[in-house]
Amino acid sequence: MSDEAKPLPRETWFGRVKSFALELWGVLIRPSSVFSLGVLVLAGFVAGIIFWGGFNTALELTNTEKFCTSCHEMRDNVFAELKSTIHFTNRSGVRATCPDCHVPHDWTDKIARKMQASKEVWGKIFGTIDTREKFMDRRLELAVHEWARFKANDSLECRNCHSADSMDITKQSPRASTAHQRFLFTGEKTCIDCHKGIAHHLPDMRGVPGWQ
Amino acid sequence: MIRPLPTLLLAAALTAAIGSLAAQTVSSGLRGPTPLNDEGPAPPMAPTRNTAEREARNYPEQPPVIPHSIDGYQIDIRGNKCLSCHARARTAESQAPMVSITHFMDRDGQFLASVSPRRFFCTECHVSQSVSNPPVSNDFVDIDTLLSRAAPGGRR
Repeated sequence: MSDEAKPLPRETWFGRVKSFALELWGVLIRPSSVFSLGVLVLAGFVAGIIFWGGFNTALELTNTEKFCTSCHEMRDNVFAELKSTIHFTNRSGVRATCPDCHVPHDWTDKIARKMQASKEVWGKIFGTIDTREKFMDRRLELAVHEWARFKANDSLECRNCHSADSMDITKQSPRASTAHQRFLFTGEKTCIDCHKGIAHHLPDMRGVPGWQ
Repeated sequence: MIRPLPTLLLAAALTAAIGSLAAQTVSSGLRGPTPLNDEGPAPPMAPTRNTAEREARNYPEQPPVIPHSIDGYQIDIRGNKCLSCHARARTAESQAPMVSITHFMDRDGQFLASVSPRRFFCTECHVSQSVSNPPVSNDFVDIDTLLSRAAPGGRR
């Protein structure tokens, strides 16, 4: 009795977590004594489908213009600017939405970009650009990121729609056709080198190569 | 003393004239048959002349017109899209004419290293041209034509 009455030494928080983890590990590595292997495999399969479907659904949900413009930072600044450009309003009504240009379309690169975008969630939570002034102060930094991304992937998001092979330079203005033949077709430059600021206003361009 | 008959006749003539004016629809070449107190339909947008070929100036001091489209070109405190081709350092690559050296001058006549802030806003003077039929014709004659009319074949 005297042994039981003696209080056990109080476990620390870390100790409790550790013992719980050990117990869980013990359960996980022990073979199931209740479910058959078939049930376990099937359950794993179904859970996998649900997880994957849910993951992709969530991914696609965050890959829409509606999602982007649900924040005022995007809606009042860059989206408002887009509206007057040819990528939003034009004769044929074909238009680009935010993810068409700002999120890579193939899966691996998309996931990589989505992981980078966690920084944007951080910025949203802490209000990094939650006023027009803060946004304008950071505009160059943000633009430089995008230009670097376009430069690195050879303006892939432009080329998802604008193919150099399908470009009929005889239908272009003489100026455009000369420039494209000299710089685009030779691979000397990529779209973003000349076409900065076609969909949004430009930041302070002093110091940007090719600008005054 | 006012004689009643001529006054009455004059009044009747004026009334008739005003009445016929009011009944008439005023049709002008510029605004069309739309009544003066109404706003007519907007004329269709004329396409921009986009040949990229230099156009002759009508007089030596004329700011050269822009022979290409400048839709969406940003010219403000943050950047000047025109200068990304027409700036001195950019002309080799772009093959565009360089901004005139007069644009480097400040208002005291001192030459600066680059385009003077007072000459920064290109479209204050230089404008792109649209392909349209002007509603009012222009009979401007340039100085060379004028002089050769006065003295055909003479030195100018």
